[in-house]
Amino acid sequence: MYIIVIGGGKVGYYLTKQLIEDGHEVLVIEKSQAKVDRIAEDLGDVALRGDGCEVATLESAGLRRADMVIAVTGDDEDNLVSCQVAKSKFGVPRTVARINNPKNADIFKRLGIDMTVSATSVILNNIEQELPEHPLIPLLTLKGGGLELVEVKVPADAVVVGRKIQDVLLPQQSIIVLIVDAEGVPKVPTPDTVIHAQDELVAVTRTETEAALRAALTSPAAR
Amino acid sequence: MKIIIMGCGRVGAELAKMLDGEGHDVTVLDIDANAFRRLPRGFRGRALVGNGIDQDALRRAGIEGADAFVAVTQGDNRNVMAAQIARHIFQVPRVVSRIYDPIRAEIYADLGLETISPTKVGARLMREAIDRAGERAAQQAGG
Repeated sequence: MYIIVIGGGKVGYYLTKQLIEDGHEVLVIEKSQAKVDRIAEDLGDVALRGDGCEVATLESAGLRRADMVIAVTGDDEDNLVSCQVAKSKFGVPRTVARINNPKNADIFKRLGIDMTVSATSVILNNIEQELPEHPLIPLLTLKGGGLELVEVKVPADAVVVGRKIQDVLLPQQSIIVLIVDAEGVPKVPTPDTVIHAQDELVAVTRTETEAALRAALTSPAAR
Repeated sequence: MKIIIMGCGRVGAELAKMLDGEGHDVTVLDIDANAFRRLPRGFRGRALVGNGIDQDALRRAGIEGADAFVAVTQGDNRNVMAAQIARHIFQVPRVVSRIYDPIRAEIYADLGLETISPTKVGARLMREAIDRAGERAAQQAGG
């Protein structure tokens, strides 16, 4: 494939390098002569100095026969315009834009860009996968360590939903001390109190049984 | 009309003054608070620091109820992007953007944006002025 990369910064450089290794014909368009020189030195005659938003530059880059344009400058607006010009003026079949503001993903799609890549979104997604979905929130450490006051929200699919407190098996020395229901009303739990979805439970637990407490209160019901 | 102007440079400030004088509800948006010094004393509109290619900033500027949006920052691409967000995402009925590059102005005009290229307009006015100056010189020589 003939691929045009717009922007010869770090992303553009490594992208170009990898695409060449993968056997593609690649041309990178970059404004700064210093960056063009560096790319030419490392990767060969694959860099063109110019503004990747200007029609004349794109024309001389041979955009008419390009299969794909990938715009990876640091500015979302420049990447948008490069892709739109490539598509509307040169009929490039596939355009990819790097975006910094993740909220631009939807906008770019609606403005005709085929694909967007956001480092911000990728990092955010990875972090969210690393974090437990229903975390215990530590509120307070009691008695110089060992005991903790924690809060947990009961998910809708938890096995404890609809059960009385006395029927819920909690780890040793773990006590539910307060329930705040979905409407924000606090209740002191009795053995007969029924747990509802979206209840926020405040509990005392030992540090070493935190995970077990979390599992007891948030594990989904078996199907 | 409720009008948002993005970019408080010479043109943005002059336009804001004009529209404010006509009694319109004007909001001026610029990424640099310093730019608002160009607004005239007694300007009754709002001046807001924010980036017009950020939809959150546009919302804060009240784009959801705006009748018109004008993009006159120094950057063609910023103007083009903000204008398209205003037009296609927020459905603002009147959207105008300045694009210095005549070719890009043409491309986006074809894509349905109302664009003004000061480069083209300026060159045409200069060309006409040359003729007028010539006519005047001929009259003076003849008279």
